[in-house]
Amino acid sequence: MLKVRVIPTLLWKNFGLVKGIGFDSWRRVGPVLPAIKVYNQREVDELILVDIVAHDTGDDPDFESVNDFGQDCFVPLTVGGGITKLLQVQRLLRAGADKVGINTAGYDNPNLITEIATRFGTQCVVASIDAKARPGGGWRCFSHAGAKDTGRDVVEWARELEDRGAGEILITSIERDGTMEGYDLSLVESLASAVRIPIIASGGAGNYEHMVAAVTQAGASAVAAASIFHFTEQTPAGAKAALAAAGIPVRKSYQPSQDA
Amino acid sequence: MKVGVLDYGVGNLGSVLRAVEELDVSPVLVDRAVDMHQNDCLILPGVGNFVDCARLLAEGGWIDALREEVLGYNRPLLGVCVGMQLLADVGLEGAGPENPEGTPGLGFVPGRVEHLGTLGCSLRLPHVGWNGIMNTAPGDSLFAGIPNGTDFYFVHSYAFVAEHPEDVLATADYGVPVTAAVRRGHVWGTQFHPEKSSKAGFRLLQNFLAGPQC
Repeated sequence: MLKVRVIPTLLWKNFGLVKGIGFDSWRRVGPVLPAIKVYNQREVDELILVDIVAHDTGDDPDFESVNDFGQDCFVPLTVGGGITKLLQVQRLLRAGADKVGINTAGYDNPNLITEIATRFGTQCVVASIDAKARPGGGWRCFSHAGAKDTGRDVVEWARELEDRGAGEILITSIERDGTMEGYDLSLVESLASAVRIPIIASGGAGNYEHMVAAVTQAGASAVAAASIFHFTEQTPAGAKAALAAAGIPVRKSYQPSQDA
Repeated sequence: MKVGVLDYGVGNLGSVLRAVEELDVSPVLVDRAVDMHQNDCLILPGVGNFVDCARLLAEGGWIDALREEVLGYNRPLLGVCVGMQLLADVGLEGAGPENPEGTPGLGFVPGRVEHLGTLGCSLRLPHVGWNGIMNTAPGDSLFAGIPNGTDFYFVHSYAFVAEHPEDVLATADYGVPVTAAVRRGHVWGTQFHPEKSSKAGFRLLQNFLAGPQC
């Protein structure tokens, strides 16, 4: 049976990890490498690492740093931020990424999603949507780390991303981000029912019950979170125990058998 | 021991190399088919699309060279993910009016690679995440010390349908039984990613490298 994943999100700005509220008021969290090391030792299900300033500079992603981060990561690693070209994807995969996160560049050049999916497979593309509620209902997509209103409707865009070959959608509520008030369940549910690819809920998790709700009420295939792991005593292992207690299948760590 | 990781233009090579290094073995990135012969065993990674991977194998001269190494010299081979799918006779990914028969694979493990939807799976695709292996062939060296139910990381939409059921080493349940690993002689394949399956994955890679012929 497939397990529901608990995924720490690491936001990376210049030289360290940060976490904000509503994509603003960034707090420094610490260096990247030790965080990845600890999460790897604790056998988290997966990691998402996003360079939140890369889209600003127009430079290549920082392949060298990704290469360093990958040294100690033996669980799936999605790397996002600043990806605009196919060749960058190939270099990231060589550096240690397993999947790439596409956000801003997808709006400017939707064909990029198709190209990556065609060349590296749909499973390689995690399409990331940053959403804000629209007065009167629905949600709009924001690019450039939440700074720019693209005018696109979230559900429509998710359908297009699926058609173009995205393998998963990471949906983040900008309003809930960093608040620890819980995921925007209706946002997650709208996407989970609009597309057939897996949805990763993100933005707002403040306790384990929020994660349970994202799965049982909104249909998320995975839950991503940052603040809860950075700023509280709660851990990915604790989250999985809570999910399991709610009857949700989670991954167990490897127990060797004695047959050899 | 020399372990060659084949670099034919696709694949999460960084991850595969590092996982092997973690076992205190120095892998060699083999980027020319002619250099395969210098290795004791080979790993064929794969991330992506069957058609593209098969085309890149053909363009780089890998297909004949792999046949010579694997069938001629009995070089042990482990295919991972699309690398396992390429062991089949044919892949139906990308099949359409212009190539209704699909794309030929290496043919080391008789079978076809079909879309999970075609096989009756009605769950969300891709099949992505950790899933427990089941029905593991008793006594196969690849799964020594790895009990049924052990979770491995999968990410794929197409699955291997083996012509001979005895070639299937393990399955996983995703609405339908999914081939998780295959073996024919000294050719193994895993649909899941051992290099991204943490401790269970290390154990499996170690088992492959400890195989009698490696």
